Amino acid sequence: MDSPTPTDGITVKRHRLSTRLWHWLNAALLYVLFTSGLGIFNAHPRLYWGQYGANFDHTWLELERFPGWITLPGLYNLAMSRHWHLTAAPIFAFALLFYMLWSLANRHVTRDLAFRRDDLRPRHIWQDIKDHARLRFPTGQAALRYNVLQKASYVGVIFILLPLVILTGLTMAPGMNAAWPWLVDLFGGRQSARSLHFIAAFALAAFFIVHILMVILAGPINEVRSMITGRYRVPEERP
Amino acid sequence: MILTRRMALLGAGAMLTGCDRLASHDSVRKALFSAENFHRWAQRSLMARDALAQEFSPDQISPIFRANGTANPNTPAYKALWRNGFADWRLAVTGLVERPLSLSLAQLRTLPHREQIPRHDCVEGWSAIGKWRGVPLRTILEGARLRDSVRYLVFRCADDMGGGRPYYESIDLIDAFHPQTILAFALNDAPLTVANGAPVRLRVERQLGYKQAKYLMGIEAVATLDGIGKGKGGFWEDVAGYDWYAGI
Repeated sequence: MDSPTPTDGITVKRHRLSTRLWHWLNAALLYVLFTSGLGIFNAHPRLYWGQYGANFDHTWLELERFPGWITLPGLYNLAMSRHWHLTAAPIFAFALLFYMLWSLANRHVTRDLAFRRDDLRPRHIWQDIKDHARLRFPTGQAALRYNVLQKASYVGVIFILLPLVILTGLTMAPGMNAAWPWLVDLFGGRQSARSLHFIAAFALAAFFIVHILMVILAGPINEVRSMITGRYRVPEERP
Repeated sequence: MILTRRMALLGAGAMLTGCDRLASHDSVRKALFSAENFHRWAQRSLMARDALAQEFSPDQISPIFRANGTANPNTPAYKALWRNGFADWRLAVTGLVERPLSLSLAQLRTLPHREQIPRHDCVEGWSAIGKWRGVPLRTILEGARLRDSVRYLVFRCADDMGGGRPYYESIDLIDAFHPQTILAFALNDAPLTVANGAPVRLRVERQLGYKQAKYLMGIEAVATLDGIGKGKGGFWEDVAGYDWYAGI
């Protein structure tokens, strides 16, 4: 988004190197974390609220085991699922931390993600929702800015969902409870943290599905190329 | 570019098979298994050596404390001990100690106790809160006087896990001398039941359930875990590849 005044059909630099690197690292890590997480969940596919929760206690969700095609490893192996999960988790957490700091420093957050006064006018939001529903994607100059729904989902994921999934993950570690007992209090108990971790993971999966749909509908080659090389062809204005 | 469910399934399946294949490489396997070291280092850097696991109030105790693992060792030797109310049970403290000990249940009960209501977290994901009473391990170790070369304590148990391999676990000195590390003989104001590890089980409150060795028979002070079992420091570590450091 550093280019001067782009016109239709020309190619501009869209995504910074830091964003592209972080994006693909996340794609790989979230994939490993989600599938190995389901493998861990399969060891006890029941969820509780509060400090404790085991077989005799009240659940809010009881599931069958997730099938092998979506778990890592494919055959149930709690130890291996944990090895994958606990290897990917710290890399994922520190990458987010560095990306947040970097994006604040290089003004990615204030320039591209922060809501403008205009964005938040109800009429503007309603218009954006209608455009999305009709699959009318922005063209020309407008395609180079995130619209309000995009901003809301990116800000929601980067600043709420990802920190939530990391912190609730840390809360489940008994060692971390001794180090940072306030984490358990923040989420209202280890079993509540486990439930929130599960909900956040599925919210991220939902984000992933909508994200992929949007990329496909908006022109997958141009979108994927812009996330690999950084170059994006500006969609031509509608006549 | 329409992604069908079938394509998605095939794609996910292929990628997961790829991950599984990746994990069969020695170097990848080694990397995956070494994350434990990072977590141990990070957690211990973030906490004071004696930082306490959370303790709860009596009204937060789980109505039923789930027992897990061996429900009853059922060996002739254990049955004989149980029939006699564990009057003949002895805890052997051996290995690199100045003064090997053999402690009866009655002797343990005369030592100063600690009572604590921590949360028990199973590696599977569930948690149960219970009130434990027992003797701080520190008291026993100070009585036995560890030699300078000691690095780990190995806990020998009465339950045979099959093929004549009894359950065992180990901890390092940081956890061995932690104030909440106790040899527990009571749960929720009653003597330990067989399902929960009678007569005595270990409590290491900053780690997961598989560290809380039940049916204790002996404590051995060692300089290295090599040559014990398969050398990984515990039954599940040896057999299933669980992390030795179970604070995660």
